[in-house]
Amino acid sequence: MNHAIACEALAKRYGTLAALDGVSACVPRGRVIGLLGHNGAGKSTLIKLILGLIAPSGGRLDVLGQSPWRAHALRRRIGYLPESATFYASLSGRELLDYLARLKQAPRGQTQALLERVGLAHAADRRIGTYSKGMRQRLGLAQALLGSPELVLLDEPTTGLDPQATRELYRIVGELRADGRCVLISSHLLAELEPHIDGALILRQGRLLAAGSLDALGEQAALPARVLLHPRGDAAGELLARLDARGLPAQRRPDGRLELQVPRAGKLPVLRELLADPAVADLDVREPTLAQLYDWLGAGQRSAAEACA
Amino acid sequence: MNTILIVARKEFRDDFRNRWTVALTILFALLALGIAWFGSAAAGRVGFTSFDATLASLTTLGAFVIPLIGLLIAYDAIVGERDDGTLLLMLSYPLARGQLVAGKFLGHCGALAVATLLGFGLAVAIMQLMQPPAQTLQAWLHIGRFILSASLLGACFVGLACLISVLTVDKSRAAGLALIGWLLSVVLFDLALLALLVVSGGNPVERAMYPYLLLLNPVDVFRLVNLTALGDGAGNDLLTGMTAHHGYSPLLLCLVLLAWAVLPFAGAMLAFRRKEI
Repeated sequence: MNHAIACEALAKRYGTLAALDGVSACVPRGRVIGLLGHNGAGKSTLIKLILGLIAPSGGRLDVLGQSPWRAHALRRRIGYLPESATFYASLSGRELLDYLARLKQAPRGQTQALLERVGLAHAADRRIGTYSKGMRQRLGLAQALLGSPELVLLDEPTTGLDPQATRELYRIVGELRADGRCVLISSHLLAELEPHIDGALILRQGRLLAAGSLDALGEQAALPARVLLHPRGDAAGELLARLDARGLPAQRRPDGRLELQVPRAGKLPVLRELLADPAVADLDVREPTLAQLYDWLGAGQRSAAEACA
Repeated sequence: MNTILIVARKEFRDDFRNRWTVALTILFALLALGIAWFGSAAAGRVGFTSFDATLASLTTLGAFVIPLIGLLIAYDAIVGERDDGTLLLMLSYPLARGQLVAGKFLGHCGALAVATLLGFGLAVAIMQLMQPPAQTLQAWLHIGRFILSASLLGACFVGLACLISVLTVDKSRAAGLALIGWLLSVVLFDLALLALLVVSGGNPVERAMYPYLLLLNPVDVFRLVNLTALGDGAGNDLLTGMTAHHGYSPLLLCLVLLAWAVLPFAGAMLAFRRKEI
């Protein structure tokens, strides 16, 4: 019951094609989790399984403490924003939310509050057909929040949003987390997503490559940090040689800075040394990003079998 | 149950919003008045003549038009939502798939029934006003039967449209299938029966089976419901002549029509439940 989503050896096959295979993971409540993977990695399949729209072919899946397959009442506690959401163009934003609120048995007063929360109050009575992509996406977010769901699934929520609207969206995601709700965000935009998530589920070709908090994943991958050094005056050559002798081969960048890879384990001693070095004018530490982690896991690569075929 | 009504209400209001209901009401009223006024033009007169004859002509016309409209109004019920990308959204709400189909079916049937009632009702009211001798209880009974059976006929084809909509992968295919469905049930079925009669030369087995074969098509059941009630002299001798020896029970005919309204719809519910999304 502590987990919003728990699955064990979860599988979904379409004919002979395995869309998901042997996925075991837990998503705790009160967390924002990124669901990552390339197209065809199984993200949509996993979302459909969580929503109970398709039946698992094998394994076990618990969502908010029950099996979701055909559990209609459970969906009252789940909010879902479909990818590139389109809605009934002839309805107004308010009419759509009123209709969906009725279906979800959400309090009627919530419609107005949600329209204001996503910044659509001014356009509430216009036809959805006249909305911009960003406005439709915000309307989609508003409907996903109807009925104060315990679990919110956002599929590519920021496609088509401008930076301001994207910030607004992640602000709302932050509010949901503070409220103890679980948010699962599927996205390709790793750099944009990274600051806002607590953990990730990374899928490739239906298999779970990695799952856990970003810290734990970073620890596990032990990717080196990148350090950029600004040499003082014309001390670049001298610094380069000294680093080389120290076993830290650095590379000269076009902008005159030196870049070196520092293994995770020895990072602090090396940094102390560099700070004390008179030839270093400034330094910049770049921790491994989610995108690098993703590449390291090979999530973006095709499997050997597929590449040969 | 409540969920079905929420969906039905939305579809019903959408049909109003899209001007479907208004357009159909006007169409039905104009058709009815036109037939009433020009129905006896062949005899060299215009103007309101026999009320029963008008109703018989309306039945023939309705048998063509109502199935087409039922199919048109609902062929995109499910496949349209899939094309627009709203199907997944709807199914992520706490409603069963069957409830979604049922709501759409009821909403469109309701819109069609309202258009039938208003359109034909208005026309008939005008005719009755202008034709004092036709103001009989009998006439109103015929009208009531006509409107009710027309609504049921509409429901048969709305149900068929829902079934097509569930089974097809895109809107254009659904539209094509809907037209084929119309052609089969409205035109080809009767032609095939006729051909069968001609080829077999009307042997006794054939003649005994014919009245039952007609029950296999809701369009023919609709005709029978209205024409057998109107009786002779309403200008529908062709159909009644062939089935004259067979006494249809009006109740049975209504039940068969009702069954036809439920059957394709039930098929749609079943097919949608089994469909992989």
